Amino acid sequence: MARVRFNDLKKHFGAVRAVDGVDLEIADGEFLVLLGPSGSGKTTLMRLCAGLEEPTAGSIYIDDQSVTGVVPRKRGIAMVFQSYALYPHMTVFKNIAFPLTVEGLSRQEIRSKVEWAANLLGIGHLLERKPALISGGERQRVAIARALVRRPRVLLMDEPLSNLDAKVRHTARDELKKFQREIGVTTIYVTHDQVEAMGLGDRIAVMNEGKIRQIGSPDEIYQEPADTFVAGFVGLPPMNFMEENGTLTAFRPESFLPASLIDDHERRIFNFRIERIEHLGSYLLVYGKVGDALLIANLSLRHEVKEGAEIPFAVRMADIRYYDPASGRRIGK
Amino acid sequence: MLKRILTKGGFYGALSLFVVFSAMPFYIMLITMFKRNHDLLNPNNNPFIFNEPPTLQHLNLLLFQTQYPVFLLNTLLVGLMVVIITVLLSVPAAYSLARLAGDWGGIVGVGIFLTYLVPPTLLFIPLSRIIADLGLQDSLWALVLIYPTFTVPFCTWLLMSFFKSIPRDIEEQALIDGCSRLGAFFRIILPLSVPGIITVIVFAFTLVVNEYIYALAFIQESGSKTVSIGLTTELIRGDVFYWGALMGGALLASIPVAVLYTLFLDRIISGLNMGTGSHS
Repeated sequence: MARVRFNDLKKHFGAVRAVDGVDLEIADGEFLVLLGPSGSGKTTLMRLCAGLEEPTAGSIYIDDQSVTGVVPRKRGIAMVFQSYALYPHMTVFKNIAFPLTVEGLSRQEIRSKVEWAANLLGIGHLLERKPALISGGERQRVAIARALVRRPRVLLMDEPLSNLDAKVRHTARDELKKFQREIGVTTIYVTHDQVEAMGLGDRIAVMNEGKIRQIGSPDEIYQEPADTFVAGFVGLPPMNFMEENGTLTAFRPESFLPASLIDDHERRIFNFRIERIEHLGSYLLVYGKVGDALLIANLSLRHEVKEGAEIPFAVRMADIRYYDPASGRRIGK
Repeated sequence: MLKRILTKGGFYGALSLFVVFSAMPFYIMLITMFKRNHDLLNPNNNPFIFNEPPTLQHLNLLLFQTQYPVFLLNTLLVGLMVVIITVLLSVPAAYSLARLAGDWGGIVGVGIFLTYLVPPTLLFIPLSRIIADLGLQDSLWALVLIYPTFTVPFCTWLLMSFFKSIPRDIEEQALIDGCSRLGAFFRIILPLSVPGIITVIVFAFTLVVNEYIYALAFIQESGSKTVSIGLTTELIRGDVFYWGALMGGALLASIPVAVLYTLFLDRIISGLNMGTGSHS
């Protein structure tokens, strides 16, 4: 168990600044999610932490001890790759046992530790199989078991759920969080999927273009986005933006409701020209315009709205955020 | 129904054609080996059958009146040595070119392959000078020294693409799981490359067995000849071709290679397909 600290960390590949000055501190036992679009530098940041890349500048500390320049195997970390990177020529047992075998533990120790990890992940019955003969979800568990078996100080996970079917993903997410709580290992988790990030992270660090744009609890990230990038990236559908008098007015689609439903006096009313309605099972997405701005409203099913109508919609003042269109930074906070 | 018969018929028709095509040389070699010269050389005879009773005289000539067994042994010896040298050199070369050298890896790789394309018919002239300076004329060591100049580039190239097909993730995982780079190579990469290495062994050995020019240029003494030159220099005397013995020698030499191929081919292919199990 350990704290991790990145100190003005930079990694350039030629002219590309994959990681461009990251300062970040991760508490002992914390589950930190690095969230960002592809190419935002989140995977590079994780690889720097693992020691698979050497930083161009800056330093990395695990428990106040600098690991910059230390080879991966001496960092006390474990990693789960997106592809799971199971050793295809070894049985599941040997895969999980591999880190212990390399360490040179005795057979009994290896057996008992592998069994502990396999039981934790419910894969005890698969130990004699080869990776090619088990399902995607099972492979993922084997990869996690192999990562946990050594009791690492820091666990790194690179999009471990993205190769799973959508159906299995929910349960896998739930279980992942349970293992992590049970073992209490400091975890850095990379994903581009905001639902995963919101569901798993104690804190989320949103990254773009090699920089961390905002760090905070899932709630903070969602409710109080620090800039237009975070506001636009987190949330499905994304936040609505309207340019008014040199500032950007922004609010979430689910805060944008027919005016009759908002009896708060602190509200703003817009004339919403409804253009198209999508019925998505448990909710409606209403696309339309206020002035020239294209906006989306997310309504529950009981609202009656019609395509082509022009209806007053409203947003509570408390739900509106303002941004500077030039810098993208939040105004008024 | 008719369509199915036609499809099947076409398939097996084509298949039989190819079987006949590839088996024919072996059949001709086999039958010529036992034919009497009188039968063989008469243009009115059907060449595909025995028109006169078969004979063992050619086999007798081949096995007991030439040094054919020595040629075979020499080929085997040179083959084994060259295979060992080739594997020892091309495995680390290919691995480092595939993984460590970045963009340069590809360029150097192409460069290495280009050296393979320089024909031996040009190279044997300068090389014969080197062999003479080293005092290796008429010695098998000349061949052991020269053959890797074409087996190593070829096999390095072959292994490079093989190593590239092993995902980096697996190797990086090994680094994180406690291996040094060398440890990861021996514990993970090498076991996964067994099909590739077998392929290289088979190819290197075949290249050695087939080689003609260098052997002809560097070896004059019968006792040091390999099969490929031994047969043609000892069994073509002036303008007399000892067809029966020639064919017999060619057949007996090609059988081990053919067996080697068939034994390992399935393994090579299945090994390549088993790959890395990254498909989900």
